[in-house]
Amino acid sequence: MTQQFETVIGLEVHLQLSTKAKIFCGCANVFGSPPNTNVCPVCLGLPGTLPVLNNQALLYAIKVGLALNAEINPFIKFDRKNYYYPDLPKGYQISQYDLPVAKDGFVMIKNEQGPKRVGIKRAHLEEDAGKLMHDNTGNCSLVDYNRTGTPLIEIVTEPDLRSPQEAYDYLNILKLILQYLEVSDCDMEKGSLRCDANVSIRPVGQKEFGTKTELKNMNSFRSVKSALEYEVGRHQQVILSGGKIMQETLLWDDEKGVTAGMRSKEQAHDYRYFPDPDLVPFTIDDKIIDQVRAELPELPQAKLERLIKQYDLSEYDAGVLIMDKAVAYFFEQCCEKYHQPKKIANWLNGAVLKEMNERKTSLGNLKLTPAHLIELIQAVEDGVVSNLAGKEVLTDMLDSGYSAGTIVSQKGLAQVSDDSSLMAIVEEIIHQNPTVVEQIKQGKPSATGFLVGQAMKKSGGKANPKKLNELITRRISNA
Amino acid sequence: MKLHSLTAHQIIDLYREKKTSPQEVFKDVLSRINALDSRVHAYARLYRDAPTSCCHKTAVGVVSTQGNYPIPIAIKDNMCTQGEEITCSSRILKGFYSPYDAHVVKKIKQSGGMILGFANMDEFAFGSSTENSCYGPTYNPWDLSRVPGGSSGGSAASVAADEAIWALGSDTGGSIRQPACFCGIVGLKPTYGRVSRYGLVAFASSLDQIGPLTKDVTDSALLMNIIAGYDERDSTSVNEPVPDYTKALVNDIHGIKVGVPQEAFGQGLDPQVRKAIEATMNQLKKLGANVKKISLPHTPYAVAAYYIVATAEASSNLARFDGVRYGWRQSPTDVRKNALIDMYEETRAKGFGDEAKRRIMLGTYVLSSGYYDAYYLRGQKVRTLIKQDLDNAFKDYDVILTPTAPTTAFKIGEKTFDPLSMYLSDIYTIPANLAGIPAISIPCGFSAQGMPIGMQLMAKAFDEEMLLRVAFTYEQNTEWHTKKPNL
Repeated sequence: MTQQFETVIGLEVHLQLSTKAKIFCGCANVFGSPPNTNVCPVCLGLPGTLPVLNNQALLYAIKVGLALNAEINPFIKFDRKNYYYPDLPKGYQISQYDLPVAKDGFVMIKNEQGPKRVGIKRAHLEEDAGKLMHDNTGNCSLVDYNRTGTPLIEIVTEPDLRSPQEAYDYLNILKLILQYLEVSDCDMEKGSLRCDANVSIRPVGQKEFGTKTELKNMNSFRSVKSALEYEVGRHQQVILSGGKIMQETLLWDDEKGVTAGMRSKEQAHDYRYFPDPDLVPFTIDDKIIDQVRAELPELPQAKLERLIKQYDLSEYDAGVLIMDKAVAYFFEQCCEKYHQPKKIANWLNGAVLKEMNERKTSLGNLKLTPAHLIELIQAVEDGVVSNLAGKEVLTDMLDSGYSAGTIVSQKGLAQVSDDSSLMAIVEEIIHQNPTVVEQIKQGKPSATGFLVGQAMKKSGGKANPKKLNELITRRISNA
Repeated sequence: MKLHSLTAHQIIDLYREKKTSPQEVFKDVLSRINALDSRVHAYARLYRDAPTSCCHKTAVGVVSTQGNYPIPIAIKDNMCTQGEEITCSSRILKGFYSPYDAHVVKKIKQSGGMILGFANMDEFAFGSSTENSCYGPTYNPWDLSRVPGGSSGGSAASVAADEAIWALGSDTGGSIRQPACFCGIVGLKPTYGRVSRYGLVAFASSLDQIGPLTKDVTDSALLMNIIAGYDERDSTSVNEPVPDYTKALVNDIHGIKVGVPQEAFGQGLDPQVRKAIEATMNQLKKLGANVKKISLPHTPYAVAAYYIVATAEASSNLARFDGVRYGWRQSPTDVRKNALIDMYEETRAKGFGDEAKRRIMLGTYVLSSGYYDAYYLRGQKVRTLIKQDLDNAFKDYDVILTPTAPTTAFKIGEKTFDPLSMYLSDIYTIPANLAGIPAISIPCGFSAQGMPIGMQLMAKAFDEEMLLRVAFTYEQNTEWHTKKPNL
């Protein structure tokens, strides 16, 4: 029997907001401090303390909501989610239940059929919990409450995703949008971005959803995809062998590549949500929403379309540029002074990106200015340095911050173009490669490239390759 | 001169006349505590450095300065005070030393107040008799075989027994007014949001309010001047200008409209209390007020709604007492489930008293999925209706008069095994908490057994001045507040 199944996925992304202070107290919101140093009576939940909402967290949440094309609730409130765990000092988490900051938005992704709209059900504010640290000896567990009260926004999709690949694509696009907003460092390794997934399958054509399982503990977008792929396979297997999927929460084991159940006792939660009486419900003024909207940066999709149109770039070039807001900005700065967008894009997407990846750093950490890059590109274009030497100049420039001219003269990288200097090298190369010369003579001019390459090497990258080609061709045909 | 028997405003007059000093007053009250408290048991604990606290710089300053009130005060055992053990009279908080001052405690210290100690209370303010305390009960200074009321029973008894000049209490459903009534003193529950709750260990956050327990109405106004005001650390605190409450102390109620709800005269009202209230109505008329019977049709549902809303909030507020971070921890004797859950269960089973457990269970139940709409949501709707009743009444009336409690102080142990009848002690006081409006209890008579009877006045939100004016006028024209228990 062959049965076709459709996969249904919904994702919940928790994003730590990089506000200066925590969400309900004045403690610094920073990562990596010694345990229990960024704490106060309020975030420790000491008796008698009360929460006060950090306005910056609210503004960030509105910003996220607007960027996800969502409606900002004019009236919001906070609710308590009650459960016991040592990392939760009040015995409840302050969250939002039925009146989240934002609702009914969407994110556009692409699949084989073209653009696809992924519904955003809601985005709400809540506080993060602390962190349990287990002692090596196994005798005790310790709690670090530094993270307690870090503002989180939880972004919940509609069950609109139809494959692990779509889920993966959605996450990447979402992350890019969030990075553009500069409301979080979006670093999954630090836990500032976390993702849980809900997945079910149903026979193609069936309207009702199948029983879903919830997947947790994925620490990269790749592992979200892998966990979903594994789980979809498991669902199919269970159903095809006549079994039933149990609604439960499963933990992804990245090393073993499998999901495993938690003990059912631990998930039999009734959170007893109710409005937090310590935080009065309030209305969000339209003026505030308009102000946040006015301050929204250009988002990735809009930037992509504009770059293509304004600079006549290919979709590929523009697509690479917008993957990093800083790079895209740098690109446009260069374009203001040097009207060769394609060449600038090539340098940024090629050599510069390669250097960034090798150094695992961002553009902001490199000593590159638009003026210096333009100067370098121009030097290459004008034949002052060769393309190869140009890359060496770039490498130096990123560390030293010197201009291209300075580096070229310091390193003696200026391109040699005069016939007399080059002719000696040409003679030598021709002498050393008689078989290649023979091939060229017999009508295989493409072999010339090999000789040019050899000559370039000999010159230490300084020779002008065009000139070399010219000289070699002339020399062989004259012979 | 018995300094301890004076009111705060009398003592301040003496300071101004240089007839006594804060040190002298403090010593006198402390010796009164030493002499009496083994019988009254108003205090859970004394301030750790009480003998020297009167020498705080703030206390010895120029006492005639505006806003400086070096008056010995009792603080209810649920207001955080830096460096002090604060337990809410519960075993589960034993060993918790607060690293910070509650807003009101800070205000008291800034005004030169001399903290005597922490007054006994029903555990976490759960009760109307101060019998539910891990320290044992407080006794009513008027009859030591009777309860002082609750939950601020220690605060009320300390003032009535002259073991404090004045005291702070907290009121969630009557916890200031009912013990003030039972002990023959003045108790004011301010408008919700008038006094910051920051540092008050929460019972029911949407109902709790801190207020004064004093020997007369003037002191009530003075203490309000110290504690009232906006606090940015409490999101429910209201940024309304604070008047000088002593300006409201005017001996004149001509033309003031007093509504008396007929619902207050139903079943369960002690005939002696009824008589005293009827006499009060006549007295107010004689003083020029217009006294009329009114109806507050939804108030009979107040107690039921209250015990849903209050316990729901309490069940969540008390979740933090889990033995993990502070206070008392019971290490499990044997592992049954897992070390963590066993520790939670044993700590909470042994740390909380019966009434606390009863309310946590009730509150957990009414918030549970499937019951939320039927209980919590409905409770909140009833609350809105009661508020509307009162809002409507205040369109036509300046104050509403009721008994503070249906009976005078009952015997220790009398209602221990009948929680429902205990809950009905607060039948008249609960509506003000549900509606968030201010209410005051002042003495208005004595029973044949010599126990104090109190009347309650309610006013619209932020109109404490109206309460003080009517209460002051009544007090100026009666003698009840001058009577002292024989101790």
